[in-house]
Amino acid sequence: MLKVNDINVFYGNIQALKGISLEVKEGEIVTLIGANGAGKSTLLKTLSGLQKPKSGTIEYLGETISTKAPQAIVKAGISHVPEGRRVFSNMSVEENLELGAFTRKDTSGIRKDMEKVYDLFPRLLERRKQLSGTLSGGEQQMLAMGRAIMAKPKLLLLDEPSMGLAPLIVKQIFNIIEQINKEGTTVLLVEQNANMALSVADRAYVIETGRIQISGTAAELQASEEIKKAYLGGH
Amino acid sequence: MDWLQQLINGISLGSIYALIALGYTMVYGIIKLINFAHGDVFMVGAFIGFYAIKGWGLSFLPALIISMAFCAVFGVLIERIAYKRLRNATRIAALITAIGMSLLIEYGMIYIRGAQPEAYPADVLPNKAINFLGVHINSQSLFILLTSIILMIILQFIVQRTKMGKAMRAVSLDMDAARLMGISVDKTISFTFAIGSALAGAAGVVFGVYYTKIEPLMGVIPGLKAFVAAVLGGIGSIPGAMVGGIFLGVIESIVSAAGFSLWRDAAAFVILILILIFRPSGIFGKNTREKV
Ligand SMILES: Nc1ncnc2c1ncn2[C@@H]1O[C@H](COP(=O)(O)OP(=O)(O)OP(=O)(O)O)[C@@H](O)[C@H]1O
Ligand SMILES: [Mg+2]
Repeated sequence: MLKVNDINVFYGNIQALKGISLEVKEGEIVTLIGANGAGKSTLLKTLSGLQKPKSGTIEYLGETISTKAPQAIVKAGISHVPEGRRVFSNMSVEENLELGAFTRKDTSGIRKDMEKVYDLFPRLLERRKQLSGTLSGGEQQMLAMGRAIMAKPKLLLLDEPSMGLAPLIVKQIFNIIEQINKEGTTVLLVEQNANMALSVADRAYVIETGRIQISGTAAELQASEEIKKAYLGGH
Repeated sequence: MDWLQQLINGISLGSIYALIALGYTMVYGIIKLINFAHGDVFMVGAFIGFYAIKGWGLSFLPALIISMAFCAVFGVLIERIAYKRLRNATRIAALITAIGMSLLIEYGMIYIRGAQPEAYPADVLPNKAINFLGVHINSQSLFILLTSIILMIILQFIVQRTKMGKAMRAVSLDMDAARLMGISVDKTISFTFAIGSALAGAAGVVFGVYYTKIEPLMGVIPGLKAFVAAVLGGIGSIPGAMVGGIFLGVIESIVSAAGFSLWRDAAAFVILILILIFRPSGIFGKNTREKV
């Protein structure tokens, strides 16, 4: 579904991604794990068109998207839940969800999907009219995910959904990621919480300073001594 | 007793400032640029209205609409030609460009039609004294006030309820997050310039009808005062621009009525200095430091 071929991404003179290649197949949950500053967010930003690769290509459903504008990429079915949620703080929960459906025109479909989001996250329903900046961190994460779902994505990019959340909420969020995936959305999940990520993922990539160092099935990585030492807190 | 007339004059004048201030504040909210050419869009709007009334014999409302439409396109052109390529430039570069743009429009206008003033036809709006509870009120001030209020209600509707309005708010809150929603930032910025400039155009026509004299440099002082109004209300805040404009108009009227009409223009700048000292974020502004 998604094929990244040898991309190099720069911020000015700093090279953040150095020849990254990876693949996500339809229906999978693929996770990308790595330490701070490894380039995870940069990769997702490049996939959604916020950053342009200097070289290399990104193919999505057989089309090159690395030269396209973010709105074209959203329309093609890739939704990105950014790091730190980035909900529109001065707007209500409902307005945030409406903005998630910005590229769509099917009013009745949008209404149905909004109900679906409220089913997935009943807390958002209770807070429909609340300004999203006043939501708790967990609720904001739910809103950011709900907002992305409103675009009806085929591929969902999630950047550290567990960041700063209590274990119980993290668990809920991950259950919902699995549920969304079962209902047919492919997921690329960036995480530092490698334990959680590997427990839901089919396959995984490990990124270090802009390079993919290890890749394999989630089970292989969970079993690997090297991974255990570096990312799973096992000593 | 003409205090009521003074108050209404003040509110009407203030509503003109408010219409101009809205453009400043919306543009600032979205690209963090003080568009110093905005006062000149107001001037262009006044002239378009004048030509529509005098040249084509149109009445007030069609002239207002033509002027608004023209200014909307004009504002978008200014943004596309001058500001768009500076979006990632330093603030000071953008500011200098805006000042340059302002001078270009002013002296471009003088080049095209000369510097001589023009007299707005006085009979576009009925000019009668209305007797209200024993007080005489000029019907023109009421018309002007009504026009401004209707425009502000339409603006509120656009910003709060329509898809483009929501996109506008989203882009001013978080540009990258807005991109991730599939919002075209370029289109949204153009839309903001179009709306802000249309309001300035309307303000120009209303101003012309009210004060009857227009000339190519007429935008400078009202532009600066509207900027003060926007800062007073909290730059970036739409309700702030409305309240700040009306407040400023009323203050000026009070200063005039108290017999200090020579000091009228100074009042605005005294207010600007006071806000910058005591409450830099304005009445409705949030007291947070700006993110870069
Ligand atoms: N806007 C930027 N300008 C310059 N350098 C940047 C920018 N954004 C990221 N970088 C640099 O690119 C590298 C990768 O950053 P990135 O945000 O992709 O890391 P990450 O893996 O997401 O880290 P984290 O887990 O902390 O979120 C870092 O060295 C960072 O300093
Ligand atoms: Mg990151």
